Order: sequence, then C-alpha cells, then structure tokens
Amino acid sequence: MPEFKVGEHTYDVDEDGFLTNPDIWNRDVAKDLATTEQITDMTDNHWKVVQYLRDYYVQFGVAPMVRKVCKDTGFKLNEIYDLFPSGPANGACKIAGLPKPTGCV
Amino acid sequence: METEERIVASPEDVNRKPETPLLDQLEQGPWPSFVKEIKSATQTSKMPSDLLGQVELSYREKQGHWKHGGIVGVRGYGGGVIGRYSDDPEKFPGVSQFHTIRVNQPSGWFYSSQALRTLCDIWERHGSGLTNMHGTTGDVVLMGATTAELEPTFNELTAAGFDLGGSGSAMRTPSCCVGEGRCEWSCYDTMKLCNDLTQQYQDEIHRPPFPYKFKIKMSGCPNDCVASAARSDLAIIGTWKDSIQQDDAAVAQHAAEGVDIQKDVCDRCPTHAMDWDGRRLTIRNEDCVRCMHCINVLHKALRPGKEQGAVILVGAKAPIIQGALLASVLIPFVPKEELHETVTELVSRIWDFWGEYGKNRERVGELIQRVGLPAFLDGIGLDPVPEMVAAPRDNPYIYAHETGGEK
Ligand code: HEM
Ligand code: HEM
Ligand code: SF4
Ligand code: SF4
Repeated sequence: MPEFKVGEHTYDVDEDGFLTNPDIWNRDVAKDLATTEQITDMTDNHWKVVQYLRDYYVQFGVAPMVRKVCKDTGFKLNEIYDLFPSGPANGACKIAGLPKPTGCV
Repeated sequence: METEERIVASPEDVNRKPETPLLDQLEQGPWPSFVKEIKSATQTSKMPSDLLGQVELSYREKQGHWKHGGIVGVRGYGGGVIGRYSDDPEKFPGVSQFHTIRVNQPSGWFYSSQALRTLCDIWERHGSGLTNMHGTTGDVVLMGATTAELEPTFNELTAAGFDLGGSGSAMRTPSCCVGEGRCEWSCYDTMKLCNDLTQQYQDEIHRPPFPYKFKIKMSGCPNDCVASAARSDLAIIGTWKDSIQQDDAAVAQHAAEGVDIQKDVCDRCPTHAMDWDGRRLTIRNEDCVRCMHCINVLHKALRPGKEQGAVILVGAKAPIIQGALLASVLIPFVPKEELHETVTELVSRIWDFWGEYGKNRERVGELIQRVGLPAFLDGIGLDPVPEMVAAPRDNPYIYAHETGGEK
C-alpha cells in the first residue's frame, strides 16, 4: 500500500494518490493532499469546489457528474481546470477525499 | 514451481526475456504477431520483458493481471492517458505502472516518415517503445508509461507538434477515412471536416464534460471504412442524392473481362434496383439504397452521383455497459457545402439534451432507447422523417391491410 508523507503526516493512499479511507478526511487533510496537485494556497474558490464535492459525496455516496459540479458551483469547466490543473476528478475529488472515480478507457 | 520462477526475466539474461511457451504459440503462422513485436522491444526497454512475463502468466492462469482502472494524467488535461497497473508489481516491476497515452492522429492517418520517427524516438526515450498504430479510437496508442514519465513525454510530444487524444467522458478524437486524400468514392472532404471538428472541440476533447464518451467518425461513402455506423455516437457517411453515374462502354468492358453482371451485380443489389439484359445495365435510382455494392464491383463503370453530401446517423456503440447498438439515421441528406455548419448545430443540441437528461455513463444511443426516439427528436428540435425507420413493415403487429393490402 503506497503511503503519502507531507510534513509530520502520513496517509495511506492508492497508487493514484487517492485516500484509501475517505472517512479520515478533514480540511487539514485536504490542504496536505492539495500539495500533490501543486496547489500551495487553497483559496476560497478552491474550498468552494472541494467542500461542494465533499458534501455531495457524504450525502449521495458518489461523486457528482461534471456538468452538475459546474452548475452548482457556478464555475465554468475551464475555471475548474485553472483551480485544479489535473481536473475535477484527478485533482478536486482527490483533495476532497473522495474514493477514486471509476474510470474506463 | 520451477516454471513459475522462469516467468520472471532474469537480470543476467542478455535479452532479459522470460520463458513464454504459451505466448510463443502466437508467433507461429504467417500473421503479424504482437508477441514478436513485444519481444523485439526488449532490445530498447526493460519494460517489455515483464510485460511478456505477466501476459504469459495470465494465459497460464486464464486470468488477467491488470488492475481495473486508474486515474493519471498531465496538467491541464482531464483525459488522454489511461492508467494501468500490474496487480503483482513485485514479480513484474517493469509493468507495475504501464499507462497508455493516446496521441491524436492526423486526419486520414497521413504521416511523413520523419513524423513517425520523431514519435517513436520520443517514445523510446520515455516509455516502453511499444505502440499500437492505431487504436479503435483512431489515436496513436503508446503503451507502457510510468506515472513520472507522463509529463515529460507530453512536453516533448507537444513541442514536436503532437497533442493527446480524448479519453474518459470526453469528446473522443474524431477520426475519418482517407476520403478525397486518395479515394475516388468520397462524397465530401472527410479529412477537412475531421480536422475542423478536432480543432473546434479542443476543450471537449481535453476536459471531459459529458455523462460518458462521445465519438464522431466520418466516412466518405457508404463503404464506411471507419465503421462509423457501428461504433460512433455521431456517424457522418458520404452519399449522393441524384443518380449513380454510369459509363455504358465501361460496363461492357467489365462484362467482356468476365464479370457476371447478372449474378455478381444485379442479383446482389439489396433492393433489386438493377436490370441487365446482356447488353445494357439499367438502374432504377429511385429504388437504390446507396449501398455501394454495384459501384465496388463495376468500379470503372459506375460512380456515386454528382449531388453529393452525407447522411448523419446517431447512437452506435460497442457493448461495454449495455449491449451493442448500430446507428440510426438522424438526417438523411446534408449537402456537402452545409455539412460543417449542420454538424456543429446538431452536436450542440445533442450535447445539451444528453447533458441535461443523460445518466452517468449513459451513451447517447442508450439515452435514445430509454426516452424513445420521438422524445429525443423533440428535445433536439428535429422532425421525424421516414428515413429514420430502419426497416419499415418489419413489425408483425402492423397488419398489411392498414397500408392498403390484404389481412
Ligand atoms: C492478449 C491480450 C490482449 C487482448 C486480446 C486485447 C484486446 C483488445 C481489444 C480487442 C481492444 C479494442 C481494439 C483496439 O482498440 O484496437 C483493445 C484495446 C485496448 N487495449 Fe488491449 N488487449 C490485450 C492486451 C492489452 C494490454 C497488455 C494492454 C496494456 C497494458 C492493453 C491496452 C489496451 C488499450 C489502452 C486499449 C484501447 C486502445 C484504444 O485507444 O483504442 N491491451 N484491447
Ligand atoms: C411469453 C413469452 C414470449 C414472448 C411474449 C415473446 C415475444 C417475442 C417478440 C415480441 C419477439 C420479436 C418478434 C419480432 O421481432 O418480430 C420475439 C423474438 C424472439 N423470441 Fe420470443 N417471446 C417469448 C418467448 C420466447 C421463448 C421461450 C423463446 C426461446 C425458446 C423465444 C425466442 C425468441 C427468438 C429467438 C426471437 C428472435 C426472432 C428473430 O430474430 O427473428 N421467445 N419474442
Ligand atoms: S469510406 Fe468510401 S470514401 Fe472513405 S475510403 Fe472507404 S471507400 Fe473511400
Ligand atoms: S448502390 Fe447498392 S442499392 Fe444502389 S443500385 Fe447499386 S447495388 Fe443496388
């Protein structure tokens, strides 16, 4: 099981860097995870997206579809990529401590 | 136990090749062999030998050893790389990370040999050296990158003028047949349309915005060399509106050269639209369904009509989540001059409807099945036309007398 170390903290993550246990998430964990996405400063806009994803996940148990993220947060898709360069799934969902989205070729 | 050991390449082995008796069988026979190619790639990279070992193990155990899924990528892009990991990285370290990079192919797959060399050199420097020219999506497929090499590979590719293709819930790399680039049957410029759409939809290709994948494929004529009707959400297939162009002297020449026009042409016309009296071929163009058969056989004598354009079909897909679907006609004929504009408008309406009502990982074809074609047409603002019915009167619950026949 890969580990991800930042400062004092160590997290169990999968090979793509997603938390193995999404339940341990809190805002400090999010800040630590953000460093893997080269985000040094989590701005209000970052938090708006991350907190939205987190709340949605806690309520529905899955990540929302991209279109819904844009609609509900008011950010255009390009703006989300400006905030999270690896995109909503690999970047924002990871920082929000969601389990890895199931992908497909 | 002993064979179990030898499946792992020994570091002292000069060629670093594991023993692969099962895979070796796939080198026999006159056909190209992926095993042979992977073996030759062991000369330039350490990864392929563990690939051989792992695939051999899979054949022996009749079980795959790739983990499902994986999310990796490059900065700024939400797609283009498909994550792949070995489920036994200790035994096969060379394939512990073995991601696939899709590279957007040029329209019609025309390259200079210099471009191919550049591509392969970049790939040998950064990855396994293994390529698949080309994947079903149309892209160049570079197989076997580690996570750390993704960004450097991407940087070199873009510096050399290449870009990644689409993956995930994105607009996939559009692809087309060679069309007017080489083929006399082409009823519109497939390569230009393909390139125009690729440039136009860069955002949708690199930043997945949809419920699921969306593919556009373009064929210049109903021979449909890119099989668009079977595997693209939007298929644009060249066709003509007027009559097949016919050269009687050339028909006679084909006959003189031994083509049995009755048996090989007329009898095989799906709508029996042709007659041959031994001297003259008559085509009832109003009955012709533009299948290309007669043109393919009498290629010197017949050619598509002069009023050219394309038919647009919707909804095909391969059976990943639900079963396979073939495309259905959406617009029976668009003149070639109006194709780009029509496709752009149509695509934006389809995306709006699908984005609004599509479920996660539901292809457009599946959405149409779920809500019904009338609701879909209503949603995108098209009127139903008879051409949308694939095979009229096949339904046994509509009796012939309703259309004027006997019960
Ligand atoms: C005997 C082993 C394999 C079989 C029978 C097989 C079969 C297939 C088939 C039928 C397709 C669709 C055709 C195509 O896209 O060209 C496909 C696609 C693909 N395969 Fe495999 N495959 C095998 C091994 C692998 C391995 C070892 C990898 C990577 C480690 C791999 C990665 C892929 C990818 C990424 C695609 C999608 C290609 C695209 O973009 O179109 N496959 N495979
Ligand atoms: C209450 C029971 C059944 C009903 C209501 C039913 C109904 C139907 C209907 C409406 C069709 C489509 C007909 C068409 O396309 O014209 C069909 C096709 C078919 N059914 Fe059934 N069916 C039943 C039982 C069965 C059983 C028990 C079998 C096999 C043992 C069977 C085998 C098939 C096959 C093979 C087709 C495809 C025929 C073709 O492709 O032309 N059906 N059925
Ligand atoms: S689809 Fe038609 S136009 Fe395109 S290459 Fe094939 S035969 Fe030629
Ligand atoms: S194109 Fe096909 S349908 Fe039309 S006349 Fe020729 S064989 Fe018949």
